[in-house]
Amino acid sequence: MISLFRFLAIITVVSYSGSIYCQSNNEMTLVKGGSFMPLYGVDSSMVIVQDFKMDVYPVTNHEYLAFVKKYPKWQRSKILKLFSDDSYLVHWEDDLSLNKDLLPESPITNVSWFAAKSYCECQGKRLPTVDEWEYAAMANETMPDARTLPEYNQKILSWYETPKTFKNTIGSTFKNYWGIYDLHGLVWEWTLDFNSVLISGESRKDVDKDSNLFCGSAAVGASDLMNYAAFMRYAFRGSIKANYSGRNLGFRCVKDVDKTQ
Amino acid sequence: MKNIITTILSLTLFVSCNVEKKSDKVLQKVDTEISSNTISDMSIYNLPSTWTTQNNQDIELKELQGDILVMVMIYTTCKAACPRLVADMRNIESQIPVKDKEKVKLILVSIDPETDTPERLKNFAQENNMDNEQWVFLRGTKEATREFAAVLAVNYKKISPMDFSHSNIISVFDTNGVLKHQQEGLGVNNKETVETILELAKKS
Repeated sequence: MISLFRFLAIITVVSYSGSIYCQSNNEMTLVKGGSFMPLYGVDSSMVIVQDFKMDVYPVTNHEYLAFVKKYPKWQRSKILKLFSDDSYLVHWEDDLSLNKDLLPESPITNVSWFAAKSYCECQGKRLPTVDEWEYAAMANETMPDARTLPEYNQKILSWYETPKTFKNTIGSTFKNYWGIYDLHGLVWEWTLDFNSVLISGESRKDVDKDSNLFCGSAAVGASDLMNYAAFMRYAFRGSIKANYSGRNLGFRCVKDVDKTQ
Repeated sequence: MKNIITTILSLTLFVSCNVEKKSDKVLQKVDTEISSNTISDMSIYNLPSTWTTQNNQDIELKELQGDILVMVMIYTTCKAACPRLVADMRNIESQIPVKDKEKVKLILVSIDPETDTPERLKNFAQENNMDNEQWVFLRGTKEATREFAAVLAVNYKKISPMDFSHSNIISVFDTNGVLKHQQEGLGVNNKETVETILELAKKS
């Protein structure tokens, strides 16, 4: 009997460690590609997005903890200064434990772009591009592109005004057309090419398209300034640096769809 | 009352002494970091990516260790800002005294690795009289380029098949690969940039 218990215990440990170490237990769902006009596009032409798979939920505290256990170089006391500022995981108790008022199923935040990128890569995934993220996030519950609905924009803007939504747990907002949760309403999310946004952050500079700071800036105009929520996201992306970590900034991963299958 | 004041005074003294000691320690620590051969926490030599030069040689960034680096991100088909950025780089180069020239490498990193093959970079170097030891052109993967730009806080975006928009930033790194100075904008006064380079050259 005892040996049976032992056997079961070993099985449990083995399967548990298998699932936490750098393997996603995070489900992914297919986002069917297409073309769309993002707020900031290429020469005001349509952007083509290929099929891709996206994590259904943002990465959680619990999942990130497993990651830093496996890869100590991403622990708070060990991360290279090149890859993070001082607020990296500052809300955790220590390297390997969450603060007691943090829920394991809340989204991980206070992680830099380098850390988020490495997390995805270790799972054979990557961060979504700005275009992919915006493409998936223009869906509401029933439509792949709900941007023309006033209530869609209103909903997102009212979230932007709601404080501390990062304390909620994943899956607490709506499930969109693609089956993805929490793109709006929980935390802001890192994108692979967040540094492709060229707005100076100072409105006066942007008005005269400061060509001394940005080569070709005149070509990167906003296509639809009515989409204020999207404008705020682009402005945010344009204002952050890769070593930055923020309490309301998390991430999720995506994967290319293998076309040979 | 007197007692209290004395206590406060001595406390203040004690605290300030402590502070001084602490900063001494910090300085010492920095010194040992510099003298040892381990790569500093802030060094770009922590980046593992491999790059190809205009001479078709594969190099890792850390092979540049020991040189002062002046870096800029450009693409060779660029018509607007890049020629001016390149001119800025040459202007900086011209202000480095002959005796210090061999301590400094001027690095141009392509943000368009698809177009900027080593051959193209070589041609560009020759056309612009930058085809000597001092000038290094680097081409990496798309991912490595994006990451490197993230480190330099350079933003860029492809806006048409042949064009990118990008930030105009020139960065100076010390011999350990730690960022020391950045100038942003075109044709800006490069006095501080040059001063930083000369200062670093004195130390190395």
